[in-house]
Amino acid sequence: MKEFWQNFVNAIFKENPILILMLGLCSVLAVSTSVQNSLGMGLAFSFVMIFSNILVSLLRPITPYNIRIPIFIIAIGMFTTIIDLVMSAYFTELHKSLGIFIPLIVVNCMIIGRAEAFAYKNSVLNSLADGLGMSVGYLWVIVTLGMLREFLGSGTILGIPILPGIFKPTLAFIMPPGAFWGIGFLIALLNWAGNKFRR
Amino acid sequence: MESLMKLFSLFFFAMIVDNIIFMRFLALCSYVGMTSQFDTSVGMGFAVTFVMVMASVVTFFVYYYILLPLNLVFLRTLTFILVIAVLVQLVEMVIRKTSPYLYKAMGIYLPLITTNCAILAVTFLNIDYHYNLLETIVYSIGVSLGYTIALILLSSIRERLAYSDTPKFWQGYPIVFITSGLLALVFLGFQGMAH
Repeated sequence: MKEFWQNFVNAIFKENPILILMLGLCSVLAVSTSVQNSLGMGLAFSFVMIFSNILVSLLRPITPYNIRIPIFIIAIGMFTTIIDLVMSAYFTELHKSLGIFIPLIVVNCMIIGRAEAFAYKNSVLNSLADGLGMSVGYLWVIVTLGMLREFLGSGTILGIPILPGIFKPTLAFIMPPGAFWGIGFLIALLNWAGNKFRR
Repeated sequence: MESLMKLFSLFFFAMIVDNIIFMRFLALCSYVGMTSQFDTSVGMGFAVTFVMVMASVVTFFVYYYILLPLNLVFLRTLTFILVIAVLVQLVEMVIRKTSPYLYKAMGIYLPLITTNCAILAVTFLNIDYHYNLLETIVYSIGVSLGYTIALILLSSIRERLAYSDTPKFWQGYPIVFITSGLLALVFLGFQGMAH
């Protein structure tokens, strides 16, 4: 149980997939234009991440070393197809605004990276912990970035206006440059916090 | 003449206006990972160009002549990623046997390309936009040149950044992203030029 907890917490900050390892950046930067999109993308990603980690770990005894990568990709692709079809059936609007980034979860380097580096070498329970931790790590970054960009870019959070009349939103933060600035700022902030709390 | 103009505007749109990195945020892993040196970014750019054009053509035939007639469109994601993985492996083997020079120049980048999301994304976009074969080729060349331009731009800037005095917590990746934001702002200026 202690190991489970440690794997979980490790993945959230110390080995945060996005801010520290720089993996899976594409979807984070592209869809974080609003909190709603960020949440949708984060949950779709979590689904694929957790279940593919479990499946890869379950298949460990029968996966030959030489063809492990195609097997990982098929496992990930299967869950990606499931979430893609489910979202297009039940959340059509959201699916449309996330667009190509849902099917692209299959080539998210983070999921393949965790399958290779963690799930292929650890038990099912630990892989579940790692998958959960990675998902939470991904979710908090994408939602924070979504909040930052939505507030600065259109003056709202989840569609509710914040400080109307006082704060003037800048369109550039909804546009691509804002995503790059936002993530740069978050990484710098994490550097600063890491430096401060390690002492 | 008019169709030629249309193709040119598609090419320009894919390369600059809708730049795959600055406007669509694809292939960012290689964008931040491979650009610390100028030479590697050029090699990566060429390798991606080569694979992207080939993958677009192959997936075009796979989609319209296999998946669509057999009513297997829902398998698109799985099929395409496998086709690309096999293709990259094949290209690597052929190059290694036939041209040692070319292999030296771009061989090490080829395995990385399988999980480069730009390749898969372009094959999806070709299908989503209903491009015909010629448009598919032009579009994928445009996109990959745009990718190369972005990589070359950033790596040139990063070689200079390495010698400059950056504030402590902004060293490394943060300053790279701030720079990319400024570059994206520049590319935003092309918005609305072509349609």
